[in-house]
Amino acid sequence: MDFSFNQEQTLLRESVKKLVEKDYGFEARHALLKSDEGFSRAMWKSFAELGWTAIPFSEADGGLGGSPVDTMIVLEELGKGLVLEPFFATVIFAGGCLRRASASVKAKYLSPLINGELLSAVAYAEQDSRFDLFHVGTTAKKDGAGFSLDGKKIAVIAGSAADMLVVSARTSGGVRDKTGVTLFAVDAKSAGVTRTSYRTVDGLRACDVTLQGVKVSADNVIGKEGEGFALLDAVSDEAIIALGAEAMGIMEVLYKSTVAYTKERKQFGVPIGSFQVLQHRMVDQFMEYEQARSMVYWATMMLHKGTGVAKAASALKVQLGKSGRMIGQAAIKNHGGMAMTEELPVSHFFKRMTMIDLMLGNADYHLDRFRTLG
Amino acid sequence: MDLEFSKEELAFRDEVRSFAQQKLPAEIREKVDQGRPLTKEDQVRWQKLLADKGWIAPNWPLQWGGTGWTPTQMYLFDDELGAAGAPPVIPFGLKMVGPVIYTFGSEEQKQRFLPDIVSSNVWWCQGYSEPGSGSDLASLSTRAVRDGDHYVVNGIKAWTTLAQHADWIFCLVRTDPNAKKQQGISFLLIDMKSPGVTVHPVITMEGDHEVNETHFEDVRVPVANRIGEENQGWTYAKYLLTHERTSIANVGAIKRTFARVKREAAKVTSGDGTLLDSPVFARKLADVAIQITALEYTMLRILSQVARGGAPGAESSLLKVRGTEIQQSITELLMEAGGYYSMPFVAEHGKAIGPEFTARAAANYFNYRKVTIYGGSSEVQKNIMSKAVLGL
Ligand SMILES: Cc1cc2nc3c(=O)[nH]c(=O)nc-3n(C[C@H](O)[C@H](O)[C@H](O)COP(=O)(O)OP(=O)(O)OC[C@H]3O[C@@H](n4cnc5c(N)ncnc54)[C@H](O)[C@@H]3O)c2cc1C
Repeated sequence: MDFSFNQEQTLLRESVKKLVEKDYGFEARHALLKSDEGFSRAMWKSFAELGWTAIPFSEADGGLGGSPVDTMIVLEELGKGLVLEPFFATVIFAGGCLRRASASVKAKYLSPLINGELLSAVAYAEQDSRFDLFHVGTTAKKDGAGFSLDGKKIAVIAGSAADMLVVSARTSGGVRDKTGVTLFAVDAKSAGVTRTSYRTVDGLRACDVTLQGVKVSADNVIGKEGEGFALLDAVSDEAIIALGAEAMGIMEVLYKSTVAYTKERKQFGVPIGSFQVLQHRMVDQFMEYEQARSMVYWATMMLHKGTGVAKAASALKVQLGKSGRMIGQAAIKNHGGMAMTEELPVSHFFKRMTMIDLMLGNADYHLDRFRTLG
Repeated sequence: MDLEFSKEELAFRDEVRSFAQQKLPAEIREKVDQGRPLTKEDQVRWQKLLADKGWIAPNWPLQWGGTGWTPTQMYLFDDELGAAGAPPVIPFGLKMVGPVIYTFGSEEQKQRFLPDIVSSNVWWCQGYSEPGSGSDLASLSTRAVRDGDHYVVNGIKAWTTLAQHADWIFCLVRTDPNAKKQQGISFLLIDMKSPGVTVHPVITMEGDHEVNETHFEDVRVPVANRIGEENQGWTYAKYLLTHERTSIANVGAIKRTFARVKREAAKVTSGDGTLLDSPVFARKLADVAIQITALEYTMLRILSQVARGGAPGAESSLLKVRGTEIQQSITELLMEAGGYYSMPFVAEHGKAIGPEFTARAAANYFNYRKVTIYGGSSEVQKNIMSKAVLGL
């Protein structure tokens, strides 16, 4: 057993940390959040130049062949800065799909993604799907040599800026069948694609996507026709584990900034941190954080080994929901009114943590999934 | 023991119910139901309708517009209006400064201020908290220095709710910096139009403009605007704080928001059915339903004690703590019901991206974190109960 990091990993952490500390101050982030696109393309270029967008991909694909631990390190540090660039959406989630695609799809989309020239997002959720990835009403009908897509996707995180959308659509079967779903790489500017963009409560950008007779060539199928759900399910597990790393960074900031604030803030002539009720609550935060961190490490190692990944991802998601909620709510409570304002970072971390529970299935959903996985 | 209301009480309840059905404007009801903030016009419009009926200030003395209702009637009134989706009245004039003025004010102050509160012609806000004085309110440092017939006021009041609409603010200010903390405080009524008063918006995490910081720079306030004696402000304020606390748990409104979660969840597809068929979600709903019943009957027990002449004591702290926790659970359930559609940011008056109920679901979950902080935080309430009830 060894939970320490090697030298390369320590350097990687330092480099992400440095960028976040230098270029991602609270004010800078706020300005970005309010900007047109909601993030900085120049920043994305730096990410690529530093090699971060290449980490999870094999050397054969033009990547750095990094391990899940490397990805974890990057996301944990990005989480501490509430970084707005679509690293999760593009590199982890869409990238996870592309990693499993044919050589021709990889050449067309994965190479530019790794170089930082292509942004991508996964369009899987639908109005009635709730958290079931296999619930797909969007259809893909054979159309000459290719397909024609019709339907509506919702809450596509980072979809507004994406050059290419990974879309799940049904090539056969009924809306809730686990087979018959196919993943497509769809150029976001294709005729028939309409995006309604919005900000999310945690400061990211997302969109709903309407597809009307969108022509997609057969070459753009990701994985095998009809087997898209299994692929998406596996990628979603990887993505949850990466999201866990982000959440770990966020929870650390939430609890440590609460401790720091209660040492500074005085009422009744004493620091409020001297009140036992607040102390115990912060100890609970600490315990929840450590438990969540253990789960992130464990799930990351399971992913590295490639066994029991689905159960590990669901278990982790349950822990994140529980710990994130406790740590976040306690952070607000212990700060008092100050935590309610936009002016203090704590409310922003709280909002992001709250949304992470809703992403890719909430704690309740994954508790059920964990149970049914046996 | 008898769980039923009397025939007269039930008749009264019906009267309130039909009033709400007939008079509450549909647009306002809808906004309240959807958890959207009201505009000043909405709020004043509804309050004037209540005033026309003579029901705007039920707990006030008859001579100033009160109703002479029993505590049970008062409860039924709040409960029915809450259930009907009527907005709660803005408390600062009607529930806070009004009672202070008719209890401790001079005859002249009563004549001058009370009618405008009852008619909702003047909007009040509350200037107690300061950046350095929250739970420890008595440590406040806004200074008022006597200069002839005036006080000169300097300082900052934090968290002034809806001060952007306010014509007047009631403030606690320090008039004797040398006295013990509670003893050097006075209670002043300040015209927001006075030179030197500035209102600075504070945006809360859900993105709304509900609170402000109000700054006072050499603001001249006539001594005639002081309530009661100089340096006795704390006594008046304490009186007011008990008023604030008893009005915090509105079971009628809680039941309505809970019913709404059920109604919306019944329309959310989940698996082969709706969210209501999901055992996990349904259990959470059931749990909250039980908590609401416990709150309601605790409220009724306190009420019957008051009706028999007892005074509400530390029990009102119980209602505040439990009532606000339940409110928070309800906002959380609604956000959960919204699923991915709880993610879009929708501004105060913006359109929903998904189903209408999702527009403010996350926003209200975030906004409602405040309810266990203000009006005496849960920790402060528990301190009160441990002293007053448990004798610790
Ligand atoms: C949305 C909103 C609207 C408001 N509107 C108004 C308004 O209109 N007018 C107005 O005057 N004020 C208003 N307030 C202020 C409100 O009354 C204060 O926020 C409240 O008194 C708590 O003070 P604080 O925020 O400074 O927190 P603090 O007092 O700093 O408390 C921080 C934490 O310490 C805890 N704590 C403090 N003392 C103790 C203790 N002795 N034992 C155990 N725990 C303790 C608190 O419970 C809290 O968890 C508003 C606040 C909010 C958030």
